[in-house]
Amino acid sequence: MDVTLVVEHFLNGLQFGLMLFLLAAGLTLVFGIMDVINLAHGSLYMAGAYFAATFTAMTDSFWLGTLGALIATAVLGIVLELSVIRRLYGRDHLSQVLATFALILIFNEGARMLWGAQPLTLNAPPALAQPVELLPEFFYSSYRLFIIGAGLAVAILLYFVVVKTRVGMLVRAGASNREMATAMGVNIKLVFTCLFAFGAALCALAGSLLGPILAVQVGMGESILILAFVVIVIGGIGSIRGALVGALLVGIVDTLSRSLLPLVFKILMPADVAANLGPALAAMLVYVLMIAVLFFKPQGLFPARG
Amino acid sequence: MQSTLHHRLSPVGALVLLAILMAFPFGASAMEQEFYIGLASRLMIFALAATSLNLVLGFGGMISLGHAAYFGTGAYTVAILMEHGINSAWVAWPAAIAVSALLAALIGLISLRTRGVYFIMITLAFAQMVYYLFVSLRAYGGDDGLSLPARSVTGFDMSSDTAFYYVVLTLLAFTVFFVHRLVNSRFGRVVQAIRENETRTEAIGYPVFRYKLTCFLIGGGMAGLAGALIANQNMLVSPNLLHWTQSGMLMVMVILGGVGYLFGGVIGAVAILLLEEVLSGYTVHWQLALGVLLLAVVMLLPDGLASLLRHRAAREQS
Repeated sequence: MDVTLVVEHFLNGLQFGLMLFLLAAGLTLVFGIMDVINLAHGSLYMAGAYFAATFTAMTDSFWLGTLGALIATAVLGIVLELSVIRRLYGRDHLSQVLATFALILIFNEGARMLWGAQPLTLNAPPALAQPVELLPEFFYSSYRLFIIGAGLAVAILLYFVVVKTRVGMLVRAGASNREMATAMGVNIKLVFTCLFAFGAALCALAGSLLGPILAVQVGMGESILILAFVVIVIGGIGSIRGALVGALLVGIVDTLSRSLLPLVFKILMPADVAANLGPALAAMLVYVLMIAVLFFKPQGLFPARG
Repeated sequence: MQSTLHHRLSPVGALVLLAILMAFPFGASAMEQEFYIGLASRLMIFALAATSLNLVLGFGGMISLGHAAYFGTGAYTVAILMEHGINSAWVAWPAAIAVSALLAALIGLISLRTRGVYFIMITLAFAQMVYYLFVSLRAYGGDDGLSLPARSVTGFDMSSDTAFYYVVLTLLAFTVFFVHRLVNSRFGRVVQAIRENETRTEAIGYPVFRYKLTCFLIGGGMAGLAGALIANQNMLVSPNLLHWTQSGMLMVMVILGGVGYLFGGVIGAVAILLLEEVLSGYTVHWQLALGVLLLAVVMLLPDGLASLLRHRAAREQS
């Protein structure tokens, strides 16, 4: 096994982890502050990817398409918050599961009606189509590098906003004690709506950035939603820092184990056993990680509530 | 005045319902609509699975998002035993219950140490692991699943849909009756007390963890039985039975039907699958309609469909 292969998969893992962070950041804030289990978070990601593909096709520019998707999905988020999610505050978790599960059905079928059952293609901008030579003899997709850069930039920006600004202070106050924040005169309704729209925009960013790598299709939200939930549980619900650490852990562990574990097994045991066991264990490893974290830290790595 | 923890099963209503269900295949064959006998068996199997989840979720208060693991494991137990030549239902079905109950016990042993959302997520994580385990078992079909050459052997002819319908009906009736006896027993009262206030129940001196684990295990075993039946109904088992969306669907059935109502699981399963059947006859976009209906139920009927019956009963009493 050579080093460049490991480096390449590590970078892929980093890239996937940062995109997971974009999803998990919105999810953990909605969950931690509004106390709403939002299964439809993955649907916003799907909507973002569809918007990006449509606007890119219309404007012929990936950047305008992404910008359009961000705005459209944020507006969709606001509409969703005002019409449905707002009525779910204070309801028990089971009602929220049922309502947001219904939203998944509506979004999936709506996307199928608007865009058809065939997956859409979203191409990476031409400027980033060529691979770059990172090390001698080691080429890596420039688009994936761009995603890593964008993900890091958003993570740093988010950290700065949450930790250093007044808006961030309101958000943190809401996450650690909602009633007290309200009592101190915070307009919690406005904070909630803005937060939900912001989470939706982050989803759209992840959707449009991942669009060229994965297929833009109905159901793309559900597979990544579960991983995003795993991330926020590992990190501790309501904690942005936890979401970042959790997302990087999950992204890197998932990508590395999927690509490298089967190779390692091939060396250690007969080929047919390895072919069975490798992919299965690789897929399980993220969940083993989560169970292990919860076993030792039942509140996740960085609990937001004291 | 009976305790709110008491779950009544009206003997007259139950017997009338049973009589209607027993007569159903005759009516369906008389109208040459045999297709509906198979559909009804499927509805009842999911009703059984949802009832098992309702025992855990509704009465035990344990929000498990991994119930498909036990359902699918039961189905795979029957299919794998059959692959090795063990066809008898008298061996395979109890084995399915035992294996699923054992799995539930193992998972419960670790999961029940966590609370709230973390419990939801840890049960989901275990179910995903079981899902990937069966996906990786290439000897038993892997991704494609395993088809059954025939139904389990019971000693009488179960090859016709009608015969199988009666087997499913019998087992569902026994299960509902069993759950009714269970939730009204001392055990059931304790489990419901734990749901209402765990700390207080512990303070009174009940071994809370053991009660919860037992309830979780019984629910898992019942889901295993439902799995054994669905394997015989579909003549095919595949990892789809264990996918998390299946767990989500079972949970939605229970919530829609009524969490903690004796017939909640049955009502929810029948309502969802019937809606799916009817709506898909009218439009290919039936999921949209189903979604809108579910949303309406959450907004208008917070306690599920079964609460309608209770509201009426309450009005009649006053």
